[in-house]
Amino acid sequence: MSTPVASDTLFVQHFWKDANRNLSYYLESMNGYQAAKRVLTEMTPDQVIDEVKKANIRGRGGAGFPMGMKWSFIPKNSEKPKYLVCNADESEPGTCKDRQIMRYIPHVLIEGLVIGSYAIGCKHAYIYIRGEYANEAKLLNAAIEEAYEKGYLGKNIFGTAYSLDVTVHRGAGAYICGEETGLLNSLEGKRGEPRVKPPFPAISGAFSCPTAVNNVESLANVPHIIRMGGDAFAKLGKIDKSGGTRLLSLSGHVKKPGVYEAPAGSLTLRQIIYDLGGGILNDKKLKAVIPGGSSAPILTADEIDVVYDVEPLMKVGTMMGSAAIMVIHEDTDLVKLLLRITKFYAHESCGQCTPCREGCHWMESILHKIIHGEAKPTDLDLLVDVAQNIGGKTLCALGDAAAGPVISFVKKFRPEFEAYIKGQKRYA
Amino acid sequence: MAKNLSEKFYTVMKKLEPRYPSKKALILPALHQAQEECGWLPAEVMEEIGEYIGVHPAQIREVASFYTMYNLKPVGKNHLRICTNVACCLRGSDELMGFAEKKLGIKCGETTADGLFTLSEEECLGACTTAPAMMANDDYVESLDVNSLNDYIEKIKQGVK
Repeated sequence: MSTPVASDTLFVQHFWKDANRNLSYYLESMNGYQAAKRVLTEMTPDQVIDEVKKANIRGRGGAGFPMGMKWSFIPKNSEKPKYLVCNADESEPGTCKDRQIMRYIPHVLIEGLVIGSYAIGCKHAYIYIRGEYANEAKLLNAAIEEAYEKGYLGKNIFGTAYSLDVTVHRGAGAYICGEETGLLNSLEGKRGEPRVKPPFPAISGAFSCPTAVNNVESLANVPHIIRMGGDAFAKLGKIDKSGGTRLLSLSGHVKKPGVYEAPAGSLTLRQIIYDLGGGILNDKKLKAVIPGGSSAPILTADEIDVVYDVEPLMKVGTMMGSAAIMVIHEDTDLVKLLLRITKFYAHESCGQCTPCREGCHWMESILHKIIHGEAKPTDLDLLVDVAQNIGGKTLCALGDAAAGPVISFVKKFRPEFEAYIKGQKRYA
Repeated sequence: MAKNLSEKFYTVMKKLEPRYPSKKALILPALHQAQEECGWLPAEVMEEIGEYIGVHPAQIREVASFYTMYNLKPVGKNHLRICTNVACCLRGSDELMGFAEKKLGIKCGETTADGLFTLSEEECLGACTTAPAMMANDDYVESLDVNSLNDYIEKIKQGVK
């Protein structure tokens, strides 16, 4: 396994230059809209879905669900309109990859939407973008306007019978809207509270119609899949069941934080941190890594020789999530960091499910007591007990996301918590 | 009812209306547009939005209060929202927040007496690889340190920004 060369990447070579967001760059340097043209003029929707299935692409939002299968769940004989909704609510702490696609190569996302919409029979697609990305929403709207002007969106695309509209819908600051049914409620003008499932969005999603919700990076891969063919895309991945490349958001205590890209399963976590990230900031010792956004259970410095992909990470008790890697060096107070993470989930819990709404606040309150030297020795077990009673008992994954860090931090770094409880350490 | 929202508001909404199968879907865009005009969302503005969309004003407030970006009370001309989530926290956002509070003479969550600044704590902005970061109104300011934050605030004070 080695550090990837440019030919192994699909996106990063087009990042970081403002001019790349123009349609002319996309047409000239990325064969822009040729894949959509081929799809609309030569392929049936089923052929498109088959190609995406062959590509072995897992969703890039966090859950990692096979994308082709998700599209195949949309009923073909339904009379209702069908919707494709792009989840651009990138808000899992640590994640900032979708932002770069929207900022630098928005047309690849729009082309992905055209192909995906055609495949599932959608006439109006939405991009639900987090409210904070106000400038990215403007850039997307400008790119969409360009696409309408050149006939890549709107009526009778490429002279075919197929027409598609795309609308950008801005969120307004709520982590839970990244959960697909919370997102759909928000799109409909409601509070972003997740729905009871089933029915799943494929049957009853946006405006009670069959809906596919796909992440930005997932959709941006679709033109590449059509261009190179599903089999070749699958082979880009160096591990079973994961085709293509992965965009990695590498942050925290590394010398070179940044958004990187590597073929799926081609690197270990150690290679990502030391080869891509240049090692630990100020040459400190590595203490821990949060490998998949703040919801992912923490790994110790001894656990980083794991291949960075869905299954290997699952085997070591954590998850790849949105491929956001946060690196933590020896000087970090993990009790303080866990309090910060827990405060986030307590703030973002939508409040529908009692275990999550109450549990997150209790975890925050116990951690607060621990850090301020007011906790009893039994409080540490109480903290873990509360966490274990949230997991699996809520409508959506936010509860599990809040519980995972608490359980793993205490399990792996228990002495740090005990030092506070025993009064050996004081909050600074 | 006295109109609080401009013609522009209604023009923008009319243009958006055909893009959704339900008028209620306009609630979030309407709140954004109204806030852009008014700086925040007073009760009478939410009433007017409710009347336009055809729902009770309580329903507008119910939605608005769910999302952190809708201001239910007035904010300063420059709303500085410093991210203090994991990636920014690892890169020194606590120090930045402490500095901003001292520099502006207010606590997080408050507005300066001259109405020039509101200071808030923000959850992850999605600028983790350029942490620490903040939002200043709609713009991101990234790779911050105490010096660059100081410069940024000074420029606003001197009317350069």
